[in-house]
Amino acid sequence: MIEKAIFYFFAAVLLLAATLVVTARNPVHSALSLVLAFFSSAALWLLIEAEFLGIALVLVYVGAVMVLFLFVVMMLDINLSVMREGFARYLPLGVLVGLVMVLQMLLVIGAGVVDLVPEEQVAAAGALDGNNIRLLGSVLYTVYVYPFELAAIVLLLAIIAAIMLTHRRRGDTKHQDIAAQVRTRKADRLRMVRMPSERDSDS
Amino acid sequence: MLALSDYLVLSALLFSIGMAGIFLNRKNAIVLLMSIELILLAVNFNFIAFSHFLGDIHGQVFVFFILTVAAAESAIGLAILVVLFRNRDTINVADLDSMRG
Repeated sequence: MIEKAIFYFFAAVLLLAATLVVTARNPVHSALSLVLAFFSSAALWLLIEAEFLGIALVLVYVGAVMVLFLFVVMMLDINLSVMREGFARYLPLGVLVGLVMVLQMLLVIGAGVVDLVPEEQVAAAGALDGNNIRLLGSVLYTVYVYPFELAAIVLLLAIIAAIMLTHRRRGDTKHQDIAAQVRTRKADRLRMVRMPSERDSDS
Repeated sequence: MLALSDYLVLSALLFSIGMAGIFLNRKNAIVLLMSIELILLAVNFNFIAFSHFLGDIHGQVFVFFILTVAAAESAIGLAILVVLFRNRDTINVADLDSMRG
């Protein structure tokens, strides 16, 4: 019973925050609402024993991605009034599409016609008992070791891509050209001049 | 006791809010990215709910990979936005019509 109450509380906060994300006038408020949404989701994930992912969501999303979002939102000088144009015009369409999609999904989930999870499998759901992180790690580093490595490469690519995209090369800075330095020869820089070793003092 | 349908309904609502957000904020590219994050979160909810109620850990491994790819996606998306703003002085999606799409 207490589980149900906690679920509904966090679900209400999550939906409220998500609504604020898409309707807030100021993008900073949207980003902060998204932080709240991620926190509530993490709590809901903890509630169904996905502890590692709940903590990872807080660390990765709230700690890194949302800080990046806030950085960009505050760095860009956005004209808010222009951004809000068309909000009222698209409101009926957006709400209509959202409602239709909710109705369709509720029909699938709630009708009972579609057997989402067979009863005998629900009965056997105790298989995930024990340490969530141990379970996750035991498949992540064995069955999924190649996808795991690929995920690392994806992250590396993202780092390189983000730096390459935003790196600005300024034309007026002075810097060493190492290749030119290495390539240079004695003849390029040293000129032998033949001159007499002494001059006549009276000339 | 929590049921699978609780989480599925919540995920459906979250997905629809994200979808409506794409329709509502079609000018502001940053809020578009945030709506995509909401949609991905809804998908992750489905994966975790099914993983828990079927007693199968592999769903959570998928969520792990989705989180990785989504973090990479938002990092590159925001980098593109910064470059865009530097070159065009706007992030209004309607102004980005140089390819006549």
